[in-house]
Amino acid sequence: MVLIASLIDGLLIGFIYGIAAMGLSLIWGVMRVINLAHGAIIALGMFGVYLAFTGLGLNPYLALLLVALTGLLSGVLVYGIAVHRVINAPYLSTLLATFAVNMIVIGVGTAAFSTSPRNVAFALGSLSLGVITLTWTRVAAALVAVLVTALLYLFLYRTRPGKAIRAVANNRAAAELMGIPSSWVLALSFGLGTMLAAISGGLIATFLPFTILAGAGYQVKGFVICVLGGLGNPLGALIGGLLLGAMEGIIPAFLETSWVPVLEFVLFVLILLVKPTGLLGSRK
Amino acid sequence: MKPLDKSHDTPWRNPGLWLALATTAVIGLSPALSGNKAYAREVMFTVLMSVGLASSLNVMLGYTGYVNFGHIVFFGLGGYVSFYLLSVHRLPFYIAVLAGGLSAALLAFLLGKAILRLRGAYFALATIGVNEAARSFVKNFGPFGGPTGMTLKFQVYQAYGGADRALWIAYIVLVVLAVAVILVSFLVKTSRFGLGLMAIRENEDTAEVMGVVAPNAKTWAYVLSAIFPGMIGALFFFKNGNIEPDDAFRLQQSIEIIVMVMLGGQGLVLGPLVGSAVYQRLRGYLLVSPLFKNIQLAVAGVLLLIIILFVPAGLVGWLRRRSSRLRRVLE
Amino acid sequence: MKRSVLSVLLLGLLLVTAQCGPSSGGGEAPQASATKTVVIGFTVSQTGSLNVSSIRQDNGLKLWMDQVNAAGGITLSDGTVVKFKTVSYDDESNKDRVQELYTRLATEDNADFLISPYSSGLTAASAVIAEQYGKVMITTGAASDATYQEGYTLVFQAYTPASRYLTGALDLLGHLDPSVKKIAFVNENDKFSTDVVAAAQVYAESLGYDIVLAESYDSGTPDFGPFINKIQAAAPEALMGGGHFQDGSTFARQLHEKGIPLKFVALLVAPPEPDFSEIGDGALGIVGPSQWEPQAEYTPESAEAAGVEWFGPLNDDFVRDYEAAYNEEPSYHSAGGYAAGLILHKAIVDADSVDTAAVKAALDRMNILTFYGGIKFDASAESHGLQIGHEMVYIQWQHDDAGNLMKQVIWPLEGATAESLYPKP
Repeated sequence: MVLIASLIDGLLIGFIYGIAAMGLSLIWGVMRVINLAHGAIIALGMFGVYLAFTGLGLNPYLALLLVALTGLLSGVLVYGIAVHRVINAPYLSTLLATFAVNMIVIGVGTAAFSTSPRNVAFALGSLSLGVITLTWTRVAAALVAVLVTALLYLFLYRTRPGKAIRAVANNRAAAELMGIPSSWVLALSFGLGTMLAAISGGLIATFLPFTILAGAGYQVKGFVICVLGGLGNPLGALIGGLLLGAMEGIIPAFLETSWVPVLEFVLFVLILLVKPTGLLGSRK
Repeated sequence: MKPLDKSHDTPWRNPGLWLALATTAVIGLSPALSGNKAYAREVMFTVLMSVGLASSLNVMLGYTGYVNFGHIVFFGLGGYVSFYLLSVHRLPFYIAVLAGGLSAALLAFLLGKAILRLRGAYFALATIGVNEAARSFVKNFGPFGGPTGMTLKFQVYQAYGGADRALWIAYIVLVVLAVAVILVSFLVKTSRFGLGLMAIRENEDTAEVMGVVAPNAKTWAYVLSAIFPGMIGALFFFKNGNIEPDDAFRLQQSIEIIVMVMLGGQGLVLGPLVGSAVYQRLRGYLLVSPLFKNIQLAVAGVLLLIIILFVPAGLVGWLRRRSSRLRRVLE
Repeated sequence: MKRSVLSVLLLGLLLVTAQCGPSSGGGEAPQASATKTVVIGFTVSQTGSLNVSSIRQDNGLKLWMDQVNAAGGITLSDGTVVKFKTVSYDDESNKDRVQELYTRLATEDNADFLISPYSSGLTAASAVIAEQYGKVMITTGAASDATYQEGYTLVFQAYTPASRYLTGALDLLGHLDPSVKKIAFVNENDKFSTDVVAAAQVYAESLGYDIVLAESYDSGTPDFGPFINKIQAAAPEALMGGGHFQDGSTFARQLHEKGIPLKFVALLVAPPEPDFSEIGDGALGIVGPSQWEPQAEYTPESAEAAGVEWFGPLNDDFVRDYEAAYNEEPSYHSAGGYAAGLILHKAIVDADSVDTAAVKAALDRMNILTFYGGIKFDASAESHGLQIGHEMVYIQWQHDDAGNLMKQVIWPLEGATAESLYPKP
């Protein structure tokens, strides 16, 4: 019974892990950039919802729309300023460029917000069935995660810009030959990846306290998830997130909780060694 | 390629080597010339530690082309092993430092056999995993003190003539190590072995066709790049007097080392040397400058971004491009 | 070719020496003969994970200094007026540069006295430097006992050590409900929390408690759901532990959301922070150990009753002045920072000198009561400088008449401002 309760808890947080990693995976898939500013953006998403809720009295889910839009625009902006110039350089350059963005965001964020934990005092109540407790904010967050994933896939498969993104991801040179403006497609993809990070941050803010540094943990977990689900595969990221969440739910039942990260990362390295394209990844 | 070929025959006649060694020596000896010796020593400790870490990383990152986020694992492991020997078994300092280096090398050998099969971003991600796994493992590992880590009694320094002398000894050993790293870095670069590594960097499959035994070469490069951080970790934590998992395996520090290598210019002997000196002095300056100290992190980020965007070859790489004469001395 | 070698070399030399030379305006202008400006050096975590507590600590210390200087400094018997100034740098909440910066403080900035950084880890690194350069260092925000058992002679602790953080909570629990037997200890897997819980566990066993669960969680745990299920399965009546601010807030919020039937919950660090109430109803009934609280009841009268000397401002005055200066309620980190200054102040008065040996001797003898509580240091060789005079107080979040959350002191009983809310709702 405890096991089932923990599994449910793990899966619910898994949706959030998934959507936090999805942006990383998308950006990697389209442009081969490891985005080290991802965690900082997640944190900004948290603060976006927090400020809209406490400052403007906005409903968190309404605020989420605002956060998503801002995330998209700022992602395009970050791409234009920091990434575009080095997009064709070895991937170490883009990695460091995004790391610099991370330093700037965290530096300014710490000066502005301090590292004090914030909490969005918002609740939808919960449902209790014996040991199983479902908190509605978490369930809602999971639903939003599924919805966002569905919308992302609709966008990627049913719209022109979405198809352009997939074309660039497959073969940038060929896409350019076909007349697809790759710069704009790359900027849009980076914007989408950033938007996903901001949304995940906003969702986390509805049910967990956080600080300006809280994004870093989700970013590292994001790497693990990307590998579980296959790098560059957004749907794989969601499934990878669920797997990781389930693991985190079940392991404490058998081991000291402090061993969870040890197992997590050992497993991560092992999967990389055995099947680098991810458990769900296709052969390339 | 010409100067490289010439130096291949007689590395000792290469001015680039002497320039790099002299710069290291000047940094190393500068505290003796400074008005405030102790403070200069501490500043230069931070700088030389970075020089050692960055130059040893360069063997993997710059020569072989493998991005390693786990360089600090060797630093942490070396620190832990030597600290354990010093504080629990009361072994002499020099033996502990050596043991730190050897344990790091051993780990690199075993790890290399496994993860060096991965290429590109997959290798980079695996090293992140190794770092996080090591940190969380040590946090749960009783003999190393688990989450509380270990501390040195102040009296331990008495064996070396008091804390003041102990800190000087640690510093002098670090200077020697830094010079050794530079020397090794240069010798590798101008050797057949180094040529093999660079061939791997350009195209691993072609290199194998050309007769480079890539798995072996990579493993030895990994081992070589691990020994120094192992010993430097031993020195740092000996000086610090305590060790905790979060200080020993800080992912952020690995990234900073990569930044230093890139800042100076990867694949060059002088690159990481200049990169780490500039980076550390810049951060050090921003930290204590009245104007910037409250937002120093953001300012450092802006400067870093500007350099990556506009000087992608790094400072030394940029200088080399400016004139052929400089190319001959800036290895 | 030679010329370029030389020029690059020279450039390097220039770069290096330019940075070594005295850079900041450290040298004081010639002073009036009777005034001595004493420099107090320390690092503050302006950035990084420790920045909230560390900045509050810094605020407290600066308030003390401003007040002393505004009151005309300390006048010694030979007529010298001692005034203070501080020099501080950002340590970024990590150990990389702590020793570099403290060496700078001790040598370049000529600090006469040092205050510790915030946190036990950073303090351990700075203590080596303080001892090596023979500077007295008052530590605050550094509770781990280990630092004071390494043979330092000049390091003095303002905080009650970690080993006594939760022992009082066990006494309180015994007082409230002797029938409670089953207790769970859960803590963050880090130095401070592990030290605290290890000591508390020993004490709990000696009191005959049945420890149904003792487990630690990783510092980066984002979600405690599965862990809380495990706690629920062990069915403890009381729970103690926690870690720092972020995890403590999350843990308390999730305990509440999951409706775990616990009679008593005591968590470290997070509950005494004024911002803890942000988590809403999750805060209700949570008990937390605190070094000091704004409602503290230490008075000159209680000092007289205890037969020790009273020193420094009254509690209400401190709270009022702090709020006026920083526009926020002081936390115990703020009070700890102020107390560090106060301890130094008293030692200089007692020593009638700013000489390190004299001040050290005064600190060894010190036995006073302040708004912050008692101050007395262990003078033995084994644990020199360990705080033995100061006691923790225990707070609990309760509803006031209007239904708003507020902190009440509930233990020790002499200083209590409200009855305990027991069992926890």
